[in-house]
Amino acid sequence: MARYILWRVLQAIPVLIGTTFLIYFMVFAMPGNPLLALFGDRTPNPALLERLEEQYHLNEPFLVQYWYYLSGIFQGDFGTSFTGEPTTEILARTFPVTIRLAVLALIIQGVLGILVGLVSGLRKGKFFDSSALAVSLLLISLPIFVIAFLAQYVFGIELGWARTTVGSGAPWADLILPAFVLASVSFAQIVRLTRASVIETKSLDFVRTAYGKGLGRNRVVPVHILRNSLIPVTTYLGTDFGVLLVGATVTEGIFNVPGVGRTLFQAILRGEGPTVVSFVTVMVLIYLVVNLVIDLLYAVLDPRIRYVK
Amino acid sequence: MRRIGLGAAAIVAASALVLTGCAGGDEGNEGSTAGGTIVTNGSEPQNPLIPTNTNETGGGKILDAIFAGLVYYDAEGAAHNDVAESIETEDSQTFTVTLREGLEFTNGEPVTSDSFIDAWNYGALLSNNQLSSYFFEDIEGFSWEEDSELTGLEKVSDTEFTITLKQPLSDFPQRLGYSAFYPLPASAFEDMEAFGESPVGNGPYMLASEDAWQHEERIDLVVNPDYDGPREPQNEGLEIVFYASQDAAYADLLGGNLDVLDAIPDASLATYQDDLGDRWVNQAAAIFQSFTIPERLAHFGGEEGELRRAAISMAIDREEITEVIFEGTRTPASDFTSPVIDGWTDSLEGAEVLEFNPEEAQALWAEADAISPWTGSFQIAYNADGGHQAWVDATTNSIKNTLGIDASGQPYPTFGEMRELVTTDQIQTAFRTGWQADYPGLYNFLGPLYATNAGSNDGDYSNPEFDALISEGATTTDPEEANALFQEAQEILLQDLPAIPLWYSNVNGGWSENVDNVEFGWNSVPLYYEITKG
Repeated sequence: MARYILWRVLQAIPVLIGTTFLIYFMVFAMPGNPLLALFGDRTPNPALLERLEEQYHLNEPFLVQYWYYLSGIFQGDFGTSFTGEPTTEILARTFPVTIRLAVLALIIQGVLGILVGLVSGLRKGKFFDSSALAVSLLLISLPIFVIAFLAQYVFGIELGWARTTVGSGAPWADLILPAFVLASVSFAQIVRLTRASVIETKSLDFVRTAYGKGLGRNRVVPVHILRNSLIPVTTYLGTDFGVLLVGATVTEGIFNVPGVGRTLFQAILRGEGPTVVSFVTVMVLIYLVVNLVIDLLYAVLDPRIRYVK
Repeated sequence: MRRIGLGAAAIVAASALVLTGCAGGDEGNEGSTAGGTIVTNGSEPQNPLIPTNTNETGGGKILDAIFAGLVYYDAEGAAHNDVAESIETEDSQTFTVTLREGLEFTNGEPVTSDSFIDAWNYGALLSNNQLSSYFFEDIEGFSWEEDSELTGLEKVSDTEFTITLKQPLSDFPQRLGYSAFYPLPASAFEDMEAFGESPVGNGPYMLASEDAWQHEERIDLVVNPDYDGPREPQNEGLEIVFYASQDAAYADLLGGNLDVLDAIPDASLATYQDDLGDRWVNQAAAIFQSFTIPERLAHFGGEEGELRRAAISMAIDREEITEVIFEGTRTPASDFTSPVIDGWTDSLEGAEVLEFNPEEAQALWAEADAISPWTGSFQIAYNADGGHQAWVDATTNSIKNTLGIDASGQPYPTFGEMRELVTTDQIQTAFRTGWQADYPGLYNFLGPLYATNAGSNDGDYSNPEFDALISEGATTTDPEEANALFQEAQEILLQDLPAIPLWYSNVNGGWSENVDNVEFGWNSVPLYYEITKG
């Protein structure tokens, strides 16, 4: 097990270096001069523009710029934004917000999705099942910004149950509404996954054996059926957590959440290379860790799975 | 030039579908904070909060609240003394500035002649790379080649100094209300980086604490108790909340979390007047929109080009586009400036070239075809990140239908990409241009854009007659006489059409039931100090 984890961590190193290089190259290759955009419709004096290009090393060839960036990282300097704020500080203030939002969304979609999926699967074809299917179909087919705007309008403006946008410091209470919106799409997927998996499992021999042994529903459903149905759902939840962690640009924009997605989007528009690369690097790291954790969880859910390397 | 914030709203523009037709119900206002503090929208400043390094609205709004310059602008754009006791000149080249006595920065340092002289020298010094350094280029001693002192600034006493310009400029005192001309305390120069994060000013408001600027979230300002100038706050403070999209800010206004909003999102332009009762404004702003057809493009040089420009201009139905695309939130242009600027007129000779006239357009186009038959396609380049697609498509359609030629928009993903092609003359189509005034004067809309070799002369236009009138106007001391010269210069522009004027942007804003006395300034920013709450 420990060797397996070590192997996975070692694997991550070339992946990380490769991605930073690729992302840096892509930001570099973005056409246009981000400094010109700083001046709006006014054309800056060429002398000033030249000096600014020197300041941000924008006049250097790609490999030299990348070298500045890499050597900076080894000295703990991840670069600064145009406002002069160190990228590390930007990371430190945006990721916690997004992580909290992601955790909330994950709990909502996990608990509700598995619960509804389980009941649907057990009562296949009944009224609850068909209405759950209809709702999940609706949620899957609606684009997320429609759900977000509807939720904001209905719960924020009309009913006044929630703040329309996330307030200062992004308190948990304000994050609930955006978390529900984020959770809505995956909720539908989880319902369907759980349902299919439960239907498959409940007709398997060991379930019949369990009932035959005289075990009650209260024991068979959670321990025998649900646990064995959770592997595909866990995989989905895991990857989805990764997706949530790297920020939901649209939802964060609509609810004005000062998280990763909103900040990264602005940084891309401004062409702030260091910010973009640092964000993406952290995102890649998160993906790698989350995937490793999912793989390890398999063994917990299904003792037949063992890791050797 | 204050840049209008990036169009992040673009992704969510389709929200019109959802919010259309919502009526403003009776909403609770429990979300608002402490009574008397105005909650308003802003955007994360894109540069440190240093007056000479801020050239966009996000930072400008904050600086205007926490600093007081020699003069300030009222709602109409007229300049009045603030820190200055008087600004006197006889020849419009040397100005004697007297400061009010006993003024202090919020850290207790006195506001003296040095506060201005040192700040301006800092802003002008080439190696300081300040984005607004061009504001000082008319002062004696300024150089784009090397670091040099502004020798035109001379201290007479702690409350008096003189400014000597390279040549007479009658509107120079009018410029002094712009943020680049704000004073700085001596402590700023010890650590400009720290200062940019937590600036100390002398204005009606001040930062609530050292770390009042919470990046990408908000900045909290409280009233500066020592400010005794003409902009005395009628409220207890300002909370400027940064929004990445105007849609989110508008939702907060409807949801009762925001008191004053200075930009209505495109998606809500059709409904905001119903949503907000009588708590909105829709008034002309100092923003001029146009597109430019450089002379170097095929078929657009010489006499042929002049005919084709006029034909294209007359082929655009500005009335209909401003009504249909912008819901009446733009005003069709009748010159190259803006109605909020003193001296503006809609009766310039030759202004009929800006009116929709299909017959005349077709006739002129045919005349040009006689010189050299039209080939190819007419395109207008625009940046896709700024919400320009709708009007560009409408404009090119209008041209296409009137002149019977192929016309379309040419999007570039980012503003930076388009500007690079424009400034390096690589662009091979017409392109979107616009101008938001730095200070309320006619010259600011004309000189920097159309004078030969001027900094923002993107179309490389040159006409000696225009140059002569502009520089004569700039040096004329009598404002009325100067404006007459500027108007004469504009009449030349109407013949040459170095840019095709489209419309003036309006400022669209709204406010909640909690606040009163909301008035928008000439630069589209509310006059926050006047607003009352509770």
